[in-house]
Amino acid sequence: MARTMNKTLIKTSLKPLVEPGAVIDGFTIEECVHRGGMATLWSVTWPDSDTPMLMKVPLVSEGEDPAAIVSFEMEQMILPRLSGPHVPACFGTGDFARQPYVVIERIPGKTLYQRLSELPVSYEEARALAGKIATALADLHTQNVIHHDVKPSSIMFRPSGEAVLIDFGLSHHNQLPDLLQEEFRLPYGTAPYMAPERLLGVRDDPRSDLFSLGVLLYFFTTGVRPFGESETLRGMRRRLWRDPHPPSKLRPGYPPWLQEVVLRCLEIEPVWRYPTASQLAFELGHPDQVKLTARSERLTRDPLATVLRRRFNWELTQPKPKADLAAQLASCPILAVALDTAEGSEELNEALRITAGRLLATLPSARLACLNVLKLARVTIDKTLDEQGNNKHIDRMVALKHWASPLKLDDNRLTVHVLEAVDPAAAILEFADVNHVDHIVIGARRSSLVRALLGSVSSKVAAEAACTVTVVRPPRLAPLPELAGTSKEPGEGRD
Amino acid sequence: MTAEEIVLLAVFADIHANRQAFSACLDFARAHGAQRYICLGDYVGYGADPEWTVDTVMGLVDDGAMAVRGNHDNAIGTPSETMNAEAQAAIEWTRGRLNAAQRRFLAELPMTLQEDGRLYVHSEASHPTRWRYVESTADAARSLEATDADVTFCGHIHLPSLYSMSAAEKMTSFVPTSGVPVQLLGGRRWLAVLGSVGQPRDRNPAAAFAMLDTESREITYCRVPYDVETAAQRIRDNGLPLWLADRLTVGR
Repeated sequence: MARTMNKTLIKTSLKPLVEPGAVIDGFTIEECVHRGGMATLWSVTWPDSDTPMLMKVPLVSEGEDPAAIVSFEMEQMILPRLSGPHVPACFGTGDFARQPYVVIERIPGKTLYQRLSELPVSYEEARALAGKIATALADLHTQNVIHHDVKPSSIMFRPSGEAVLIDFGLSHHNQLPDLLQEEFRLPYGTAPYMAPERLLGVRDDPRSDLFSLGVLLYFFTTGVRPFGESETLRGMRRRLWRDPHPPSKLRPGYPPWLQEVVLRCLEIEPVWRYPTASQLAFELGHPDQVKLTARSERLTRDPLATVLRRRFNWELTQPKPKADLAAQLASCPILAVALDTAEGSEELNEALRITAGRLLATLPSARLACLNVLKLARVTIDKTLDEQGNNKHIDRMVALKHWASPLKLDDNRLTVHVLEAVDPAAAILEFADVNHVDHIVIGARRSSLVRALLGSVSSKVAAEAACTVTVVRPPRLAPLPELAGTSKEPGEGRD
Repeated sequence: MTAEEIVLLAVFADIHANRQAFSACLDFARAHGAQRYICLGDYVGYGADPEWTVDTVMGLVDDGAMAVRGNHDNAIGTPSETMNAEAQAAIEWTRGRLNAAQRRFLAELPMTLQEDGRLYVHSEASHPTRWRYVESTADAARSLEATDADVTFCGHIHLPSLYSMSAAEKMTSFVPTSGVPVQLLGGRRWLAVLGSVGQPRDRNPAAAFAMLDTESREITYCRVPYDVETAAQRIRDNGLPLWLADRLTVGR
């Protein structure tokens, strides 16, 4: 210990000052832009770089809350490993041996906290905001990180629209030591937004972030926080058994689909919430297809008997073994199956159903999106086609549901989508991209004539998709005796 | 090579005379640029290739590696060392296989070595000759309190884990993910408990060791698949207890 102390003393005397004009590891300090309870933020520059940057410096001095130190250590470990549009880029870190700091990209604009005076916002705006935040969380979870402090002041938006999550001081990285896990006896976080399982010390469930997003969505659409603002442990623990007032009680005319989404996010048991942030984002992207359950119609809270049962259900309050985040996410993918509803597709569609059925049987939390592309002519400014097109649209929805019915999926695991597009492959790829589809199942035709006409949709999708693609073919038939000029090998179509 | 140039260390614990596993780990470490080898003891016992293993470690030490003594190494020259029946049988067999130079090498190994703020020890630092396991944060804290090193490396328990102690002396524990580097943050003190090269017991039969980048202070726990069947067959062929062969295939 003496050695460490000695080293620290020497280092302290050489410690550079964080003040305007100072240079730390090549970063030039400009002005202080924020002084918070745990850290100060300075704008900094790097030679020959135009990227706006912020240096975050933890407040550490005699008598400071050790949480400030541990939170900083977590950010120091996690931030350099994150990438993508939903987090600030990280340009450098320094540790306590010299001057602790992290330098991150400065996201222009303000956090969602600035909007609190405008609440409630419109349902449509809330849906769009929550959809973007869910997309950002899905991306973060894929990078093995649970945020654990989702609230308006942790959320910003890029000029291009993507939500950016900031402040990772309370986060959990599934592949790094969790320095907060055993450091504090009490759960650390923002009381109104904290998921119930956090009060039991659970830090490895990504669905805790979905609960916090549910609190935010409730607050933004009603103007009221579902669990109040109590900061006491006793007040916070009530959410382990007491459900919030349904939003439609507070705001008559509240859309049932939105209440369904909000109350599903706020389920006390994580297993009753959406299985992944991706699936929540998918639901927010398709409000017309949200499966309405009793949640959507509820006007009152759960009866006292239910509350009391939860209150004394000790199973609920037992900590569970540590989860593998990546495995958990992988077990709840979004599958999309692309179908052709035209005559003559029966055999291929049957083969697609068998493949989809096998995948779904192994993945009880997966959801399935059935896609069909209504091909538009290149020139579509033809008013007479409109009505006809509409009917076709409904016919195809019916056909997709009919195809899926033998799979016997719960309605909340199944959606059907008729995409209107000139280029079917491009439409399927775009759908997969926008909806974060994890796996596309698509058929390849045997007949070279139809392949030639419809193009090789499957090969384009397989080649260009960002996710896994399974190409399904109908069962192999015995080859026909060769008759000159009448038969072509499968796959010989125009590719 | 001067001390300043050495950046990447490969640290091996509990090789236990498993030639196939140790060879695979050495190849892996070399391929990933390891510049220096640290051996945390228990070179013999359980496995069927003690002569090759001790010769290899002696060769590494001649080339600048650091090696400390484990309880099985100690038992070769100290027959009173208490062990379970299978370990005892393996030690009796091993003793007859080693020549005088090999036995002397094992007997003269230091219990601990320290360099550059790092402590190397087989079991733990509070009482290295008592061969206590690090099984909990309390065990880890006792070891960390006994040394002024920033980072301690040990083995002995055959289960990989990573403990840290904050400046406020709060402990954290962590089961590392293989292949994912973890930065050993300054301002904390760390105890890296390594899995076993030659007899993994965490239900993963792949050989375990770790690499440390001394510049970025990143430790990476590595798992290396090796020819388990041959190692197990060598144990059977040499008449060692059969369970010592079987357990290699399941990693427990």
